[in-house]
Amino acid sequence: MKKEKPILIMDSKTITRSLMRISHEILERNRDAKNMAIIGIKTRGAFLAERIAKIIESIEETKIPVGLMDINLYRDDTQSKKEQPIIQKTEILFDVVDKIIILVDDVLFTGRTIRAALDQIIDFGRPNSIQLAVLVDRGHRELPIRADYIGKNIPTSADELVKVKIKEVDGEDSVSIVKDQKSEKKRKK
Amino acid sequence: MPITKLKSKHLLGLEGMSREEINFILDTAVSFKEILERPIRKVPTLRGVTVVNLFYEPSTRTRISFELAEKRLSADLVNFSTNTSSVQKGETLKDTVKNIEAMKIDMVVVRHSIPGAPHFIAKCVDSSVVNAGDGAHEHPTQALLDLLTLREKYKNLEGLRTVIVGDILHSRVVRSNIWGFLAMGAKVAVCGPTTLMPVEIEKMGVEVFSDLNKALEGRDVVMALRIQLERQKGGLLPSLREYTNLFGITKDRLKRLNKNFTIMHPGPINRGIEITPEVADGPYSVILNQVTNGVAVRMAILYLLSGGEKKVE
Repeated sequence: MKKEKPILIMDSKTITRSLMRISHEILERNRDAKNMAIIGIKTRGAFLAERIAKIIESIEETKIPVGLMDINLYRDDTQSKKEQPIIQKTEILFDVVDKIIILVDDVLFTGRTIRAALDQIIDFGRPNSIQLAVLVDRGHRELPIRADYIGKNIPTSADELVKVKIKEVDGEDSVSIVKDQKSEKKRKK
Repeated sequence: MPITKLKSKHLLGLEGMSREEINFILDTAVSFKEILERPIRKVPTLRGVTVVNLFYEPSTRTRISFELAEKRLSADLVNFSTNTSSVQKGETLKDTVKNIEAMKIDMVVVRHSIPGAPHFIAKCVDSSVVNAGDGAHEHPTQALLDLLTLREKYKNLEGLRTVIVGDILHSRVVRSNIWGFLAMGAKVAVCGPTTLMPVEIEKMGVEVFSDLNKALEGRDVVMALRIQLERQKGGLLPSLREYTNLFGITKDRLKRLNKNFTIMHPGPINRGIEITPEVADGPYSVILNQVTNGVAVRMAILYLLSGGEKKVE
């Protein structure tokens, strides 16, 4: 089978610019970074969260608490998946009560991950509000969820995969689209 | 490639389990341990999964630990103990589990006085079976929580010198721990009265001592086992006092150990018999950490064994 080439949508520069703009939008909407905390969804969202926190910290010159979260324990499909997802550590070392939480993930797709994340945050306490920031919104929502801050809207078809690479994990920053070969095989059957 | 799945759908013992698989369970347990520190110590992961705790032998720690692990993961649980059940009317083990399974359950946690009972149950039912101690055979979750406790302190167990002291013959903890320790690359010695030492135990790959002072020389980890008073009716021990004199872990004896040593005990403790209160409560004792880690390890096991494949069909 011929392997299709991934189409590059964002490179390191455009990702950095997007994160910069998102950080400014967050500050614009909330006026300042007081009472704010950022939570990233593992794995890649966690690194994006740390980057956004750094940008906001450098603009506002204050420290912002950053938490990392694994949402697998709150999935709605653990009983129907073939293999149990690997559980990573959740590290929310601050009190979420009455905080403005900025939830960060790399790709917004069906919205199910975000649903799980919202449930998990609320089990830690009652925040003032939760706002969602994503690097890529690719559509195809299955739940009534939308992002407050979006790096880039990428219209996709269901058999495409959005591949986000982050320097800290993959050695480079990029967003690209590839054909999902699994779903193609499924269709052929 | 790192493993992402356990080989078996049951946890019957640690015999033959690889280091990778053990580390995979312990890594998962580390993530679960954090849940115990949250304001709401509960996650919805095993919602809809039903677990039966089948305890044919008395147990406090293991049973409560499993129950809490199940509750923390939002599983439904049913407790079963022999003195209030149809076992009193002569129902066989096979019939009991078959009947319970017919009521639609997903997992069985079993403690039984007969070695191999969990293996037998695993053959009778489709559910996942977790061994919570079978006779003098294995107690895998206990060994895993011990390994987690040691890994937290030493990071790597490779070359760690451990010694297990006490009634080696009647202990299920000892067998699981020997397999677990050896798989992780630690060195293991056992020490106890010769009447309580199984023949040919050295074939498991351990050193055997009958002199405690020699056994403690240059060790990092000492695990004292409980003298099982209920199993000592056959005259294998002349007296408890003599046992304490020869095999009790006392403060005095600790000076033979390496620096940064650790004292462990699987509980319940007979204070003043196999270990003095002073040692059991000392700063080097991790006995209560073992208990905390027990819940995390059991959560990890329940989670990893509750894979959904069988429920799709």
